[in-house]
Amino acid sequence: MATDTLDDFITTAAAALNLPLDPAWRAAVKANLVVTLQHAATVAEFPVPDEAEPAPVFKA
Amino acid sequence: MSKDFSWESAAEIAQAVESGQASASSVIDAALARIEKLNPELNAFTTVTAERARAKARAVDGGDKSKLPLAGVPFAVKNLFDVKGIPTVAGSKINRAHVAAGQDQPLIERLEAAGAVLVGALNMGEYAYDFTGENVHDGPSRNPHDLTRMTGGSSGGSGGAVGGGLVPLALGSDTNGSIRVPSSLCGIFGLKPTYGRLTRARSFPFVASLDHLGPFARSARDLALAYDTMQGPDADDPACAQRAAEPVLPLLDRGLDGLRIAVAGGYFKKGASTEALEALDRIAKASGALSEIEIPEAARARAAAFVITTTEGASLHLDRLRKQANDFDPAVRDRFIAGAMVPATLVVKAQKFRRWYREQMLKLFERYDAILVPATPTTAPKLGQVNFTLDGIDMPVRANMGLYTQPISFIGLPVVAVPVPLKPLPIGVQVIAAPWREDVALRIAHALEQMGAATALRPNL
Repeated sequence: MATDTLDDFITTAAAALNLPLDPAWRAAVKANLVVTLQHAATVAEFPVPDEAEPAPVFKA
Repeated sequence: MSKDFSWESAAEIAQAVESGQASASSVIDAALARIEKLNPELNAFTTVTAERARAKARAVDGGDKSKLPLAGVPFAVKNLFDVKGIPTVAGSKINRAHVAAGQDQPLIERLEAAGAVLVGALNMGEYAYDFTGENVHDGPSRNPHDLTRMTGGSSGGSGGAVGGGLVPLALGSDTNGSIRVPSSLCGIFGLKPTYGRLTRARSFPFVASLDHLGPFARSARDLALAYDTMQGPDADDPACAQRAAEPVLPLLDRGLDGLRIAVAGGYFKKGASTEALEALDRIAKASGALSEIEIPEAARARAAAFVITTTEGASLHLDRLRKQANDFDPAVRDRFIAGAMVPATLVVKAQKFRRWYREQMLKLFERYDAILVPATPTTAPKLGQVNFTLDGIDMPVRANMGLYTQPISFIGLPVVAVPVPLKPLPIGVQVIAAPWREDVALRIAHALEQMGAATALRPNL
């Protein structure tokens, strides 16, 4: 997601989720979201088959 | 003058109490005196349960001690464990308004049923979202080897209390490394058992699909002693395995014979400091680990753990973020708010990857009994230090001290963090075993300790 688009996304997501977003927190929230979305993209680009089961709880 | 038990093991204390060489009351009085003296420096304890502890010690002294493997052993718990009569603060300001817990966390009950004596609750990073051991409300836990440095977190008080000789045994939690990181920075042993092995009922959660509880001690034997006491199913924790206890103490002295041990390179060496690599090399040589392997997609595993953590954590705290955002540690709040905004589609991808990665790791355990990797990329950073440099790149300490622990807890593997006594600061190595093979990890840790390769050094306090 482009950075300027991310600013709009943060504003919209905070409103949709009814989360407070003090202007003073915004830069840190954005920095954290950028890092998390980078990690998520790293994971999402890894090919897993359609049939792959998620593992919400690990069982040995 | 009574004997100084401050650096004795739990096993030695229990034996002294059982044999009548010392009373549980004298051991507990000495522990409470040491906490009173040293806690102002270490800031490990947030609550000292002195009255309760003295009453319990008297009960131990007045009863049959012959069947109590932990008779008179003082221990303390991270303050996210329920302790009857006090609110479970989980390192937060917000939870201080909670009603006092009505019952102890079950692992406390199991340890006390074996004669151990709870002496208090321990400092931690807010809501466990932390690798530093710093807490904005209670002040930082301080490293017993250098009071100007971090303990690591989030179970910082657990690391400081055991490493500083305030108690021989403590409990903590580990979602992404919160037992193994403070064990490494404080130079002690820590066990993160298999996911689902130890009940988490009546503890304050963080990330349900990654949360584990486990012990800290100054020897592998004490870890095994505590672990055996705490094992077993518990219907009050839906993730706790319906699996009978599998005692590890009888297997502890089997040595390294027949074990196939490998070192993981690649991701687990990239960014490691000279100290982390030296510690790994010493443990590899001592344990006869000849092969170097690569754990496939470890970086992606860490990324997936990061995504699951921030989103599940945000979900847990969503209502508090809406109503009490100003009462959070700002660093924790900003991470959770960002976590709340991550699309669910990406979280499911992380959970799918998790199963794939688990299958790859289980294949590795067909060829090896244990895998060695560093516990932390560096020794203890300075208190307040925001960034450190790993592999030439500046990174935040708080999010990255668990680089090497996250890909392991991500699929719930059992790990013993063993302390390597480097000077001036210790650092740990993770001994990782297959699911439900805590016995293998503890057996290796014990053998390394017998050889002197892994040792919890006593700090000058």
